[in-house]
Amino acid sequence: MNPVLEVKDLSQDFGGLRALNELSLTVNQGEIVALIGPNGAGKTTFFNCVTGIYTPTEGQMFLHDAKGEKQLLNGKKPHIITAMGMARTFQNIRLFNEMTVLENVMIGRHCRTKAGIFGAIVRDARTRKEEQDCIDRSYELLELVKLQEFWNETANNLPYGAQRRLEIARAMATEPRMLLLDEPAAGMNPQETNELKELVCHIRDHQQLSILLIEHDMGMVMSLSDRIYVMEYGSCIATGTPAEIRTNPRVIKAYLGESDA
Amino acid sequence: MQRILKAAIAALWFMLLTLPVLGIKLNVAAKSVIWRFDRILALGAGIFVLALIWDWCFTRKAAGIKIVTLPAGFNLAEIIEAFRNRRGLRLGGLALLAVVLLGMPMVSSFYQTNIMISALLYVMLALGLNIVVGLAGQLVLGYVAFYAIGAYTYGLLNQYFGLGFWACLPIGGFLTVLFGLGLGFPVLRLRGDYLAIVTLGFGEIVRLTLQNWNSVTGGPRGVSDIPRPGFFGMSMDITASTTYIYYLVLAAVIITIVVITRLKNSRVGLALQALREDEIACEAMGVDITRVKLSAFALGSCWAGFAGVIFAAKTTYINPSSFTFMESAMILSMVVLGGMGSIAGVVIAALILILAPEYLRAFSDYRMLLFGAIMVIMMLFRPQGLISGERRRYRIGALHGAEGGRS
Amino acid sequence: MDIQFFIELFFGGLTRGSIYALIALGYTLVYGIIGLINFAHGEVYMLGAFTALLIAGALGVYGLPAGGILIVAALAAIVWCSAYGYTLEKVAYKPLRGAPRLSPLISAIGMSIFLQNYVLLAQTSDFVPFPNLLPEMDFLEHIDYVMGASDFLILMVSTIAMVLLSVFIRYTRMGKAMRATAQNRKMALLLGINADRIISLTFIVGSSLAALGGVLIASHMGQVNFGIGFLAGLKAFTAAVLGGIGSIPGAMVGGLVLGLAESFTTGYFSGNYEDMLAFGILILILIFRPDGILGKATVQKV
Repeated sequence: MNPVLEVKDLSQDFGGLRALNELSLTVNQGEIVALIGPNGAGKTTFFNCVTGIYTPTEGQMFLHDAKGEKQLLNGKKPHIITAMGMARTFQNIRLFNEMTVLENVMIGRHCRTKAGIFGAIVRDARTRKEEQDCIDRSYELLELVKLQEFWNETANNLPYGAQRRLEIARAMATEPRMLLLDEPAAGMNPQETNELKELVCHIRDHQQLSILLIEHDMGMVMSLSDRIYVMEYGSCIATGTPAEIRTNPRVIKAYLGESDA
Repeated sequence: MQRILKAAIAALWFMLLTLPVLGIKLNVAAKSVIWRFDRILALGAGIFVLALIWDWCFTRKAAGIKIVTLPAGFNLAEIIEAFRNRRGLRLGGLALLAVVLLGMPMVSSFYQTNIMISALLYVMLALGLNIVVGLAGQLVLGYVAFYAIGAYTYGLLNQYFGLGFWACLPIGGFLTVLFGLGLGFPVLRLRGDYLAIVTLGFGEIVRLTLQNWNSVTGGPRGVSDIPRPGFFGMSMDITASTTYIYYLVLAAVIITIVVITRLKNSRVGLALQALREDEIACEAMGVDITRVKLSAFALGSCWAGFAGVIFAAKTTYINPSSFTFMESAMILSMVVLGGMGSIAGVVIAALILILAPEYLRAFSDYRMLLFGAIMVIMMLFRPQGLISGERRRYRIGALHGAEGGRS
Repeated sequence: MDIQFFIELFFGGLTRGSIYALIALGYTLVYGIIGLINFAHGEVYMLGAFTALLIAGALGVYGLPAGGILIVAALAAIVWCSAYGYTLEKVAYKPLRGAPRLSPLISAIGMSIFLQNYVLLAQTSDFVPFPNLLPEMDFLEHIDYVMGASDFLILMVSTIAMVLLSVFIRYTRMGKAMRATAQNRKMALLLGINADRIISLTFIVGSSLAALGGVLIASHMGQVNFGIGFLAGLKAFTAAVLGGIGSIPGAMVGGLVLGLAESFTTGYFSGNYEDMLAFGILILILIFRPDGILGKATVQKV
């Protein structure tokens, strides 16, 4: 098992409040790992730490690159981490609202392209080729998430489910090895959730990605994930396969309540 | 009926509100008071009408109906779209514009040419500010400082070292960019309102420094006898020189428009716009926002620097009072009026705001009053500006070369 | 060291600091409740000065006693400026409550320009003299090198005003409603507080204080001009930020600190760069400690 994301004893304090408490987590190559827990357990805080938005109080986070070398994530700015190969979506959708669907995806290509001010003004052949490349690859990603017919539509005109898919396409545009999805199925109806499940599997299989997802929809979590981590009050209280988690008494007590799916 | 009552109450309210300031005129010498009830009544009538219109506008806005629909067949959006789509129309329009602009100095007076030069300089300024405010969404209130830096670069380098116009043009641009970066760097983490105030402070500090540093900058007296740009060493009288400067500025504006359009429709431009939309998402998607923000400041400020050098050459005399906050506010209102990020809109807005007062002499006293009012009204009723929703055109391989455009 | 000079500068600083504090309170109250920098607030201060001047002028013609005129003029300034503040909010800010942050800020700048030019056109661009309406204060004879009648008045009145404000905010129902709305508007609404009314009240209170400041400064300087609002407004905003924007004691502290800083700088260095001091402080504070002296550092949640 080759790890892609390795987190050791991560802790995050906000003033006197300990939001994350010595959390350890690993995602291996090709896995879909779910992070579940009640609201306020610290799941999004974890994402924010790992992607560089927050600086953790203690602990270490590593991303393994394509050659298998460990890169320390602590202290690095978000855009560096993204360039290293880890991309995310947001719990509350953060699209570039006034820009078109295609343009939203194209921003994801920013860290994989190079043209600068000089190229923009002079518009030499290499710049033009890079731009056209970017446009075409972005369109391909829209086809992947089945949004291609909306390519010239303003992003905030899209229906909610489509916006979530757009966020995923945008994250994919950065060519990540590790994809973090923050409640991708939130607010979706069962049919949309099913389509999303198919999309996530498809992405994992065909794009050589590893996926870490935060989700509340237990049906989706149980059927999709290879492993699950359960959080409560900032700590990890259980980890294992879906079957193990489903029967773990501590988890049931803290979170699942009535047995589900 | 309800509306009329509301309007009447509004009129009465404003009449009472403005009673002291509008209604009382003190004659200090004679120690007497003049009651100007005529002005109050005029205001009351005006407010009554205005309140009715205001109310009507708000009702339409709430219902989602466009407030101003021009007469049938005269849809502004359609006209612009027609220009963009049909090549013949576009070339014809540009040709007409070229004839008008190039031929202008021949048929106009010296005074009118000067006004056009002024207007074109403001177009450059507005376009420059548009990069920072319109594209990148960084609200900068002290932009006129860069204009001042450009102008004083030429003025002082000429005074102390005898450098000419053509030498100072690139130097002015370069120095302005340095200041732009100098301003951008400390304000990287600041949010909208705070950023605005800090840049305002920056603008004022530059002006105050120019005003107080008598030994170097000449203080309130400024710098005079700045030479006009030379044309292969020919000496020209003032009319010829002004015509020359006009063509110079026209060329500068055209270059500005071309360069900025290219910047906007490029990877850099896309990053600027993403920065405006959502900084955090932008950074999460791999964009180095520090670099992009600094680029915005540098790219935006350099045009003001160039314009400043030309301004100094045109007026041959500069002093700090030309570079007040009011100027910054005016340039900002051009960007706001034109539509944030829209190049055509900003050009049109700048021309309107500078040329209209010239041709509506009766209102010249009220010019600044109208500026303020326009800024408020635009924000209330059309925050997106004159021209908005422009789309860049993309050719997508998968669609066999289909083009984008307005949807 | 010249103690007398120091004391002079000190009290001079307190005087101007009190004015800054009065205006700064308006900024901080509004920012605390709707998160907007009321760019036009300096203009309200200027309107206070002008209204007092005009009313005093009008009354003077009819031969009332000087002290009485001052009080009436001050009250008139407060009443009218409250109305201006109220109108300002209703016309230029309220419709933009849901809009992106840029819009109300630009609207505020527009209103600031509008109000300045309104006064300029309605009155004059000159400096207009303000009559001396202060009673003789014999008890100040011994320290009159340090404190004149108008200095004393400024210190007294502003202290009383600030105390009254603090009491109002802390102990009255309206004051509590203001604090609640500032902290969490939705919750306040759910609890039955009429947020619109409270916001209007905030503007009224802020404008009253600014008006008071305007009257005091007009009396002190002996003249008014349509442009005094711009600089004073910016400096007062600096004071508010210095003390911690949104914090009422912060505005008071910030005002006094700025006033003293300016006074000592002018006294010991040079008067030329006095204005730049405020801007310099503003920039440094916003960059290095945006929460001000009395504020708390806040973390942005994603």
